[in-house]
Amino acid sequence: MKGGFPEAARRELANPQLRANLRNATDTIRAKRARVVGELPDWEELREAGRGIKADVLHHLEEYLTQFEAAAQAAGAQVHWARDAAEANAIVVEIARAHGITDVVKMKSLTTDEIHLNAALAQAGITALETDFAELILQLDGDWPSHILVPAIHRNRTEIRDLFARTIATRPLTDDPHDLAEAARVYLREKFLDARMGVSGANFGVAETGTICIVESEGNGRMCTTLPEVLVSILGIEKLVPTFADLEVFLQLLPRSSTGERMNPYTSLWTGVTPGDGPQEMHIVLLDAGRTRVLADEVGRVALHCIRCSACLNVCPVYSRTGGHAYGSVYPGPIGAILTPQLIGVEKAPTLPYASSLCGACYEVCPVKIDIPTVLLHLRAKVVEQHSPSAEGLTMRAAGWVFRGRRRFEGAQRLARFAFPLARLLPGPLASWTKTRDLKPLPKQSFRRWWAGR
Amino acid sequence: MSAREEILGRVRSALAGSPDPGPASRGYRRIMETADVAPLLCERLADYKAEVHRLPALEAPRAISEICAAHHVGRLGVPPELRIDWRPGSVDVIEDHGLSPRELDGLDGVLTGCTLAIAETGTIVLAAGPDEGRRALTLVPDLHVCVVRESQIVDGVPAAFAALGRLATRPLTFVSGPSATSDIELDRVEGVHGPRTLVVLVIR
Repeated sequence: MKGGFPEAARRELANPQLRANLRNATDTIRAKRARVVGELPDWEELREAGRGIKADVLHHLEEYLTQFEAAAQAAGAQVHWARDAAEANAIVVEIARAHGITDVVKMKSLTTDEIHLNAALAQAGITALETDFAELILQLDGDWPSHILVPAIHRNRTEIRDLFARTIATRPLTDDPHDLAEAARVYLREKFLDARMGVSGANFGVAETGTICIVESEGNGRMCTTLPEVLVSILGIEKLVPTFADLEVFLQLLPRSSTGERMNPYTSLWTGVTPGDGPQEMHIVLLDAGRTRVLADEVGRVALHCIRCSACLNVCPVYSRTGGHAYGSVYPGPIGAILTPQLIGVEKAPTLPYASSLCGACYEVCPVKIDIPTVLLHLRAKVVEQHSPSAEGLTMRAAGWVFRGRRRFEGAQRLARFAFPLARLLPGPLASWTKTRDLKPLPKQSFRRWWAGR
Repeated sequence: MSAREEILGRVRSALAGSPDPGPASRGYRRIMETADVAPLLCERLADYKAEVHRLPALEAPRAISEICAAHHVGRLGVPPELRIDWRPGSVDVIEDHGLSPRELDGLDGVLTGCTLAIAETGTIVLAAGPDEGRRALTLVPDLHVCVVRESQIVDGVPAAFAALGRLATRPLTFVSGPSATSDIELDRVEGVHGPRTLVVLVIR
């Protein structure tokens, strides 16, 4: 990511429309979440159960993966394994080609965004149609998601009306959300009815039964996973839960944290192929793409607990100002700041662990108790290890030397009062520190001097 | 080496020497303190914009006819094994023996039962049983009329999973209100791709 987060953030902050949209949206969803979370007296116990189940999954991942594979195969699904994005994309292309399919319908899936599946399909001459309302907006405009749950959060109704009028509308549109939703319904319905192949992600995979679970609101997910003859579901290897009954925890945690609903409109679970009901050919792609690298870090692996609810984005003082694009990844916000650098390597995203004030709000709302601030600090330490000695490191070392001796310290205090006006805007590489921080004025005399002259 | 072997190998070496976190603690509620589940289910369904009717079982057939009339239903899809006495005489009842997506799209509505309902979350669970039919049937038509018997209502999500255990590998759909999107400025709009109208009859 060229220039990294600070540069991208500065660009995004200059867009007042974006900031107004974000503020409105994050305020609304925070209030909704707080209300429905407050309804459950056992919220903390559910969070602890969610955390514990995910920790258990990661620790026994090999066992659960093979169990999931065997159960899914027994139920008629074909299971594929993909080491990286390219391998996963090639598998999907191959399945489409085997059936002579040139158009696929897709439900919203961060995992497929992460591996750039649509671009890979396009290269193979296959058109992937996004059917989630927000993803459709972004696809029609060549834009990309800025929020995990509401990918087009940076677009307001007027912008969407104008876009639809230019692209899919068959009649004049107002900017009333009902009217806009109707336009998308009419446009996509034809596509669903003719679709021969669907592609989905997965919210959960059940090791015990080989079941896939998807959680959604619009029904486009049901369309994609029910009507076509062929279905491919791509899931990261961390998406498993051990047993069917474990879903009783996550189906309470996820909707309340995500959309602020007691339950989302549609949750679908299916296991392999059911004769006479839904796709008669079912493929599952188990994706690594950096996840085992995250797993190898004892501190950082908790990032794999994430159930993609986006509660941490909505409470983050940094995200709610910069928006998602500044993070330069399909995983924005606090979770993205710890997940992206680990998935692709800290050296490729060294500014992301700093895209936080470490206020801890993300940890408090996380439904599976991911201690994001601790992982941020851990990753910052890794960044520093790779970039020593930095200007900051040298300055801190010098400061350590001054603070160790009383005389040196008193001398520095005198010098500081004298040199203070200069220090407010340091030159050269030190400017990056002073540019973004206000320096408090120094008192006229130090405490020691005041004490001595009392 | 196959991708499978390589990934499993990476998992193994990533975890080498890590301490076992032990089983998860499960201190959450298994039984909710809900005295009467039926009124709670009705309230929660209505909160998410479902149309809810609560009535004695004997009145169900007449109520279904009235609902069909109110929603201008001419062609009503049903699972082939749906009980006869629920089927309204006033409309064209079409049994789903593998209707194509376009044929399903030509229906004005669909009438089904359910496997269970969850009061606390206002959720109906369909498990592809004889009264419920296959998934596409309750997805493509624009109106879904669903009959819930009071004896099918459980208090919360854990009770639902306990009851669903033996049906785990059937296609399951949890429906909580009509389809919706909040993608435009987080303004909730009911009715996108799934049925835009959900009518629930809670019968005793």
